[in-house]
Amino acid sequence: MSPDLLKLIFGRLGFESLPLHEPIVVGTFAVVALGGAALLGGLTYFRLWGYLWREWFTTVDHKRIGIMYMILGIVMLLRGFADALMMRGQQMLAFGGSEGYLNAHHYDQVFTAHGVIMIFFVAMPLVTGLMNYVVPMQIGARDVSFPFLNNFSFWMTVGGAVLVMASLFIGEFARTGWLAYPPLSNIGYSPDVGVDYYIWALQVAGVGTTLSGINLICTIVKLRCPGMTMMKMPVFTWTSLCTNVLIVASFPVLTVVLALLSLDRYVGTNFFTNDFGGSPMMYVNLIWIWGHPEVYILVLPAFGIFSEVTSTFSGKRLFGYTSMVYATVVITILSYLVWLHHFFTMGSGASVNSFFGITTMIISIPTGAKMFNWLFTMYRGRIRYELPMMWTIAFMLTFVIGGMTGVLLAVPPADFVLHNSLFLIAHFHNVIIGGVVFGAFAGITYWFPKAFGFKLDPFWGKLSFWFWVTGFYLAFMPLYVLGLMGVTRRLRVFDDPSLQIWFVIAAIGAGLVLLGIMCMLMQFAVSFLKREQLKDVTGDPWDARTLEWATSSPPPDYNFAFTPVVHDNDAWWDMKRRGYQRPLTGFRPIHMPSSTGTGIILAGLATAMGFGLIWYIWWLAAVSFIAMLAVGIGHTFNYHRDFDIPAEDVIRAEDARTKLLAGAK
Amino acid sequence: MNTDTHAAGVDHHHNGDSHAHGSFSTYMLGFVLSVVLTAIPFWLVMSGALPNKQITALVIMAFAVVQIVVHMIYFLHMNTTSENGWSMMALIFTVVMVVIALSGSLWVMSHLNSNMMPMHQMSGMK
Repeated sequence: MSPDLLKLIFGRLGFESLPLHEPIVVGTFAVVALGGAALLGGLTYFRLWGYLWREWFTTVDHKRIGIMYMILGIVMLLRGFADALMMRGQQMLAFGGSEGYLNAHHYDQVFTAHGVIMIFFVAMPLVTGLMNYVVPMQIGARDVSFPFLNNFSFWMTVGGAVLVMASLFIGEFARTGWLAYPPLSNIGYSPDVGVDYYIWALQVAGVGTTLSGINLICTIVKLRCPGMTMMKMPVFTWTSLCTNVLIVASFPVLTVVLALLSLDRYVGTNFFTNDFGGSPMMYVNLIWIWGHPEVYILVLPAFGIFSEVTSTFSGKRLFGYTSMVYATVVITILSYLVWLHHFFTMGSGASVNSFFGITTMIISIPTGAKMFNWLFTMYRGRIRYELPMMWTIAFMLTFVIGGMTGVLLAVPPADFVLHNSLFLIAHFHNVIIGGVVFGAFAGITYWFPKAFGFKLDPFWGKLSFWFWVTGFYLAFMPLYVLGLMGVTRRLRVFDDPSLQIWFVIAAIGAGLVLLGIMCMLMQFAVSFLKREQLKDVTGDPWDARTLEWATSSPPPDYNFAFTPVVHDNDAWWDMKRRGYQRPLTGFRPIHMPSSTGTGIILAGLATAMGFGLIWYIWWLAAVSFIAMLAVGIGHTFNYHRDFDIPAEDVIRAEDARTKLLAGAK
Repeated sequence: MNTDTHAAGVDHHHNGDSHAHGSFSTYMLGFVLSVVLTAIPFWLVMSGALPNKQITALVIMAFAVVQIVVHMIYFLHMNTTSENGWSMMALIFTVVMVVIALSGSLWVMSHLNSNMMPMHQMSGMK
């Protein structure tokens, strides 16, 4: 075939795009291919495809979508953590003339992929998954406002993750750092597909994130059960509301910035170039207008989880509910006023730097207020040190350290010394692992019995906890030291042999975290095998306080046979205290949304379009775009949007629960 | 739980919302206003009625802001009471965010410009 025809069909894609010269990648591919083949073979052998398609892929049930988000987050955690181990290994070895085992081309992709995956495809899915699962039940609703949109949002997130994973084996990923600053990310300096993978993975996933934000805001504003005024909402719902407001307000900025960058790369505009009036600094400015709210998007739901866990396991009402709500709202607003602290050193004057330094320090006030609220909730409470509470206490200790180094970095003169150093790396891992990851784990162990009907095994959980916590401290405290000594981030080789010991300690820490992750996977497996012993028949295994514990574990599709009516904060606690009796008669058919495959098809087409744009396969991009429009329009003619669960089915499910509860007594 | 209350949950699908959707005349009014507000800036640019380009640009931006307000009132049916005040609250929040992002970016970038561009004097931005 002529080269022109090949180019028309395959764009830039060719055999030389496959990273066959990288033995590490080839080895990874072999393992992934074997594992993938085994998984697909297993699914086919046990004839699970139909079940998965009907019950999971096409579902619009917020609970199942939430669980799928969590699975996505945990799978991507394994990938992102593999990158982390590779970096730790490289930095431990590359001393005294050694080049380590990763070449620069590969190493630069590894640190970029690590950051992108951990933020966009681990932290975001875990947080979104928990919100999706818990929020509708906490407010006594049967689903989110737009159930189909929810399914579509999830699959768009998966589409972005698929593109990132594809970059490992087809072509390469960006070598620019996780925010892809120009001019490095411009076409002149990054002519390969790496940055295009970055752009389209984030754009595809970003659509999902924004839509899911709109969906959850609408759910919280419109679908609260009777009696639940704003100031009677559980704190997790409040923090979810604020997080989703942040998502809706900030993700469009990311979308626009990436769109401008793609225009620079694809059609030769000069928004962020060095010449012709372009300003790379404008990119940095704009992306941090999104980027700073983003970290609060991640941590606010974690704060909500810790609030629920602290009051449940202290057996007390949350101390200072009102101040907690106002602190959350204040953080929401303030998170938009601090973005410049990410680039103090770029050259603004003293007045700009001091303004943003001061606003940054002010944020620590509402955050500190929250910390005291949790402490006062525990004060004179009967604290049960179950796993979620252990994660919460680890969070409080760790996050305070991270917060203090954050305030230190907020001082512009100090930042001039510490900018882009390993001190910064230690700081943000300190708050993201200590805050978001520990929060997600607290949430997973706390709500797992609700989702699956049995508790997680405490032995493996505690093992995982201790490996994670000690591993975290060993891995990141050395980075504070190195940062203070002036070691900058993203270095591949080192000259000064006296630094090596710190990197060895950090690598040992990363090894402990690996054990922590393995124990966690073991915990899931063991808990599944011991599910009869760990069974939760009451639906309220922790003696908890909010509405999601009023229904069975796992909840029926419709969540609540009758919509609850709320009279107090901590609605379920209030119901228990007033001797609430479950209604046993009078069930009616329940109106529910139907499953649809449109979401996964649209997201698949969007992913194909992204792939076409990355490789300049224009026909593929055009065809998938038109197909997307066609499927979208076609879906508007789908009139089978809803159905009624017959009253008999409701009666059967509720009677089964009555028997179960009677047996438990 | 109250057995009398039927689920508010998913039922919004057929209950529908009952807020005002405007009449033919309000839509026409909005349409005419938006056409006029578009036509005037075009005329300003094409005829060069104002002597100064900068003034022309500012006037056009003022028209754009009015245009946004017209769209919100006549096409998005926003007023202070719709959706129990949530619309207004969302609008205020959006305006605050947009003002922060725009004014902040202008401030930051003008600082960078005067500090980092070697051709400029280093004075003025202190």
